[in-house]
Amino acid sequence: MNASRLFALGLILPAVGLGLLAAPLPTALEAAVRELRAVTVEGQGNVAASGAWKAVAGAPLSSLPSLLEAMDGANDYALNWLRSAVETVEQRGRLAGGTVPVDGLEAFLRETRHHPRARRLAYELIQRAEPQRAARMLPGFVNDPANELRREAVDHVVTAGDAVVATDVPGAIAKYREALGHSREADQIDVIAKKLTDLKEKVDLPKVFGWVMKWKLIGPFDNTGGAGFATAYPPETQVALDAVLDGKGAQVRWVDFESKDDYGMIDFNKPFSELKEVAGYAYAEFWSEKDQPVEIRLGCQNGWKVWVNGKYLFGRDEYHRNREVDQYRMPVGLKAGKNVILVKCCQNEQKEDWTKSWDFQLRVTDAQGTPVVSAR
Amino acid sequence: MNFMNTQLSLGTAASLLLASLCVAHAADWPQFRGPAGDGVAPDTKLPTTLDTGSVTWSANLPGRGISSPVIVGNRVFVTASSGARQDRLHVMCYNLADGVLLWERQFWATGRTQTHEKISAATPSPASDGQRIYAIFSSNDCVALDFEGNLVWFRGLGRDYPNASNSLGMSSSLVVTDGVVVAQVENDSESFTAGLDAKSGLNRWKLDRPKKANWTSPVVMKGTDGKPVVALQSSKGVAGIEPSTGKVLWNYDQGASTVPSTTVSGGRLYVPSQGLTVLEPTADGQAPKQVWRAGQLRPGTSSPVVVGDRVFTLNDGGILSCADTADGKRLWQLRLKGPFSSTPVVAGGVLYCVNEKGLVQVVDPAKITDPAKPEVAIASELDLGQVVVGTPSIAAGSLFVRSDGKLWRIGRASAL
Repeated sequence: MNASRLFALGLILPAVGLGLLAAPLPTALEAAVRELRAVTVEGQGNVAASGAWKAVAGAPLSSLPSLLEAMDGANDYALNWLRSAVETVEQRGRLAGGTVPVDGLEAFLRETRHHPRARRLAYELIQRAEPQRAARMLPGFVNDPANELRREAVDHVVTAGDAVVATDVPGAIAKYREALGHSREADQIDVIAKKLTDLKEKVDLPKVFGWVMKWKLIGPFDNTGGAGFATAYPPETQVALDAVLDGKGAQVRWVDFESKDDYGMIDFNKPFSELKEVAGYAYAEFWSEKDQPVEIRLGCQNGWKVWVNGKYLFGRDEYHRNREVDQYRMPVGLKAGKNVILVKCCQNEQKEDWTKSWDFQLRVTDAQGTPVVSAR
Repeated sequence: MNFMNTQLSLGTAASLLLASLCVAHAADWPQFRGPAGDGVAPDTKLPTTLDTGSVTWSANLPGRGISSPVIVGNRVFVTASSGARQDRLHVMCYNLADGVLLWERQFWATGRTQTHEKISAATPSPASDGQRIYAIFSSNDCVALDFEGNLVWFRGLGRDYPNASNSLGMSSSLVVTDGVVVAQVENDSESFTAGLDAKSGLNRWKLDRPKKANWTSPVVMKGTDGKPVVALQSSKGVAGIEPSTGKVLWNYDQGASTVPSTTVSGGRLYVPSQGLTVLEPTADGQAPKQVWRAGQLRPGTSSPVVVGDRVFTLNDGGILSCADTADGKRLWQLRLKGPFSSTPVVAGGVLYCVNEKGLVQVVDPAKITDPAKPEVAIASELDLGQVVVGTPSIAAGSLFVRSDGKLWRIGRASAL
């Protein structure tokens, strides 16, 4: 997938103008900021940005909120140019004995329309200047759209549960339940879930994560020498659930598969046995109540490809290196009504015990990681 | 993030002024495994008796990492990564004399940061050409900063080329030569090595490479015509690349390890291939000539080290093997306290070996008179008490070791 396709998938935020700046920057500084925002793929814009960066990094401390606002709508390359400039303004300004505009930073931080990363950076600047003010603000971020802020606030709730667990188990459980409801990151969810299960509480992990559990699987197809990864077997052009297809050494049919795993693992080895140099497909219907942007979040350590409504999202031919929850995040738009998710999952030739897995886990979420579940 | 509040304070102003004239000199350690990429510090001696009093200073680090410190003039550069997903990428600059943080820059990873738990996004080592510090991370984000911390350029190679990643993490360190920063981004999928213009970060060239996960690092050597050649190791072997163009000058195709890296010494390549294979490039651009091969010298994660007429390999368990560079004949083996991931570094002919438990073991091979009693070579030990996976660095008469949370300068303060 090239970078232009990446833009098309929405992995890079669409650009917006600088017209929304609350406190306009001086013209020369605004021009420099525009140079930083203009950087794009393969270092395009780097030469102009390098000169502009020094101008931005030399801005006064009072410009910090406006420089943070300049991150709104910036692409991920530009965000890094801007971030390093903001931090340099703050570090050099502080060394020179200047005053960080904490009130302005707080006002910026409280506006959730701003870029989540810029808001988190504003929080950290406040933390350095007035740690007690930051600490007072923290609990209010427990439902914040900026995941880094939210995560820390959720940790704060967990800590409150930890503080009373020895003397007030129901109180601790209530705190842990509150934290679990707000957490959006897998490792944090795991920690909270363990605290609850240690207290004999039941945690419905498939529901918390929102795994897609019901699929139809077909396979095996040939993946000798890894060639099957690039071979478009019939399900890639048309899915006919009653079809009988020529597979690897036999005719194959779609079979029902429902995961019973807490982490939503869709295991091809179960219906098809532990095979090598094979490929399989998984098909799921996902019903959406409305047109909406979502992320397909996949964990897989086999070769894989994903399509939604026939549109190819991404694929990767890496085998048995590692797997984790939300390993790959693919933005896509769902339409109201039925949507079709198709996953291709390939197994290679390796024979070691740790190379047996031929599986994946998949969930549909919003950009923050809140599960979006099928309406049917 | 309170780290910076305590480390980078008004009290740093004096150190900042003292360090403002950063002059590179021959005793620098500008990249992974030192100036020649062989782990040897030329013209430098360190104490052989190390104890807790040998620690000149230590500094807390804001994140994890196993990258080696880079020392240029009076500055020490270190990379780290932090955050729940290790997606905060840090470049720090410390004052050599007192370990005071002079500046820190952070970046958000634009590529994947998933790694094996033993490593982190800050696994590849940075490099310097004496003008700028170049840092790359497992996410394949690559930055160039001047010595005052001004951003010169940023590249998101993992964003530019989205399938260029490794779910166990990337670890190939940078080298910079001939005005080109060489980034070896080799993996199972979108595998390449890029030559980035040192001034702009733009691609000077991009070379398709074997589609196989590769954790080795490039090394710069002199070609038979005296011009620099970058040796790129992979599962397929070793290729000699012209750094200004990416042109493949020669190729050794008999396979090589994807973990320990080739060491260059005396114009020869000591390649972790079928044990250890020593190659000598030829003037005609043909495959390098094999000088010798020794299956019993197979290194573990550590790369080979050459000191004079002796070559050393270290396996993961801690067996240090010494062989004659003339023919590969093994002379002795010494059991160190393992396990090891880092590569020994050398000053004054003495090896400084740091195991994963943070135990620095000083090995002076000159003390061995009887190959049956190699243990006399262990001159001293210093327990740093933290997990150390990265390779240390040597400069200014000191050893620089980093863990996930700390950077130590160990040696003579009087050398400043």
